[in-house]
Amino acid sequence: MTFLQILIDGFAISSLYALGAIGFTLIFGVSGVLNLSHGAIMVTAAVAAWAVAGNFDVGPYWGAAAGVLASVVMSFATYLLVVRPIQTSRRIAREEKEIFVLTATLLWGIMVQEAIAYFFTSNPKTVRPLVAGVINILGVRTPKQEIVTAVISLAVIGLLWLLINRTRTGKTLLAASINPRGLTLLGFELSTIYLYVWGLYGVMAGIAGVLLGSFLGVSSDNIGQLTASAFSIVVLGGLGSVGGSLVGALVVGYLETITAYLISPSIRTIPVLLLLVLVVYLRPQGLLGRR
Amino acid sequence: MTRLPGKWAAALAFAVAATPCLAADPIKIAVIAEASSISGAAIPNAAKIAADEINAAGGVGGRMIEIVEYDDHSSAADAVRAFQRAANQDHVHAVIASYVSEVVLALEPWSGRLKLPMITPGAASDDISHRVHNDYANLKYTFHGYLASTFLADSVCDGLKVVGVDQLHMKSAVIMSEDAAWTLPLDAEYLKCLPKIGIKILDHIRLSPDTTDFTPIFNKIEGLKPDVIVTGISHVGVQPTVQWHDQQVPIPMIGISSQATSSTFYKDTNGATESVIYQTISAPDVAVTPKTIPFTNAYVKRFGITPAYCGYTAYDEVYYIADAIKRAGSTDPDKMVDALEKTSWEGTIGKVEFYGKENEFTHAMKVSPEYVAGLLVQWQGGKQVTVWPANVANAKIKFPDFVKLPAN
Repeated sequence: MTFLQILIDGFAISSLYALGAIGFTLIFGVSGVLNLSHGAIMVTAAVAAWAVAGNFDVGPYWGAAAGVLASVVMSFATYLLVVRPIQTSRRIAREEKEIFVLTATLLWGIMVQEAIAYFFTSNPKTVRPLVAGVINILGVRTPKQEIVTAVISLAVIGLLWLLINRTRTGKTLLAASINPRGLTLLGFELSTIYLYVWGLYGVMAGIAGVLLGSFLGVSSDNIGQLTASAFSIVVLGGLGSVGGSLVGALVVGYLETITAYLISPSIRTIPVLLLLVLVVYLRPQGLLGRR
Repeated sequence: MTRLPGKWAAALAFAVAATPCLAADPIKIAVIAEASSISGAAIPNAAKIAADEINAAGGVGGRMIEIVEYDDHSSAADAVRAFQRAANQDHVHAVIASYVSEVVLALEPWSGRLKLPMITPGAASDDISHRVHNDYANLKYTFHGYLASTFLADSVCDGLKVVGVDQLHMKSAVIMSEDAAWTLPLDAEYLKCLPKIGIKILDHIRLSPDTTDFTPIFNKIEGLKPDVIVTGISHVGVQPTVQWHDQQVPIPMIGISSQATSSTFYKDTNGATESVIYQTISAPDVAVTPKTIPFTNAYVKRFGITPAYCGYTAYDEVYYIADAIKRAGSTDPDKMVDALEKTSWEGTIGKVEFYGKENEFTHAMKVSPEYVAGLLVQWQGGKQVTVWPANVANAKIKFPDFVKLPAN
């Protein structure tokens, strides 16, 4: 029974991790930005969904939509107010821009964290589930929302795969991640592509945030942990590799779940961190990363 | 222009100089708490209501009460800095500090070193009063304005004996407490008092306050088939409650659940707190004293929510600090301590008196039906209703269908 429970819970949490981490790696792959305000954007989505659904009594679906919208707005704000001014600045040396962006997104995340704590308290919020109740899977009582979480996460990842591999826009994104200079020479406007990818990222982080808020609940205190989790997954899978993030999310999700069930929930993240150290030491490009 | 005679001019100058000094000589009370948490925010909010009421009635011997707020983010380091600033820079006369035991224990030596009376409205660790007992000369400036953990556990056991054992025929329990300073004595007392009321303890789980996924914990508990989960949670609250509800864990939760004491908890959990039973010393629906309901109403009117448990105690503390200063006729810290030790104040939570230095719980609040006693409150239909003790209970316990109660 415990085995089946681990299988179900691990799958749900891995799917959710994958959705969040793929957005994170997409931004890095296409625009070269390691967005350390990732957790803040996810929590903004969850808190917005909670606040709208609770205060306006509009039901969980409109609440979720408001959460995703808030995430898209936050994503554009991060790019236009924090990242882009640094990227276009002539006063910052080119080789220093990455570290400036890294620091700026980290500080931006902290500012958002403090703002959420100030206006909504640091107490965890739980988004009303899209589907309430439980279902019995071979004797394991599972919340329906847990299944919805896994299904939506995988569906969104599937849609992203279709977008990248089957559409002209997707191929442009792929090209931007491989050779941005070449793309510019072909007449594509990189800033438009970046806007597009930040919008896409906002949708993905928003859906991940709302689902996390309804599955486990989130608080502004979780922002650092969520960013670290996405960071661990993409480093484990290989920075910039969407497939790697998927594998990384499965490894992290199941390793955490197995630890929580078989050892103790108090140390559920420790084995993942040890594995991360090992991977960085033995295979710095990650499990599926390119060198 | 007519010139004033010299002596009149001097007297006028003295009056002008002296008047603002007297008028601007308020009694300053520092409030150190985490502003962004449910329990923490209730402390300054309630203290301001008390100060406004006292000031509207003319203050203390004509001196107004001024509340000086500091946000400690529940960090001991931030709280110590705030305490030092309150003493050395803002020159406050007393401090009302935090609901987090680790923070209050860090402040306790500073209260002694800087000779600044301090009362906690919400921290529970037994060590707060034990330390005063063990080093009275240096630490006598600290008072414990909330129940010590041992008393909290005893109160839960007293209530559980009636509603759990006698009414619902419960025979077994799993203790589920967060890993924190305040739950060490709480759990130690649970382990003693639960068997005494006829409840067998099947397991004792201490969970990390950083836990976000409680599924493995509930899964383990359910496998043990206890009749009740006896809780000791304060820093965590929303997530275990929501996951308990969403996963339809069929075991009732009864015990300490500090966040559940505020009405915001219902909204934060989307109603998942329905049927959770928590111990407290005052509730929005029960006139523990004639002051309880008027304070609750004033708080709701001003802040839109009911106060968390430490709102009631913080409100009372401002009053009995003011009363102690009035009786001492001074803000001299040693005289204030003497006066506080003689406190006998009927507040919102009952009659507040403190144990003396011969008691191992020195400066902790006296606990008994005559002084301050516990209640069990259940969330029913989005409202907090009192279910124990019988003389103040206004509702019968009820649970949702997914909770399975022991057969008679």
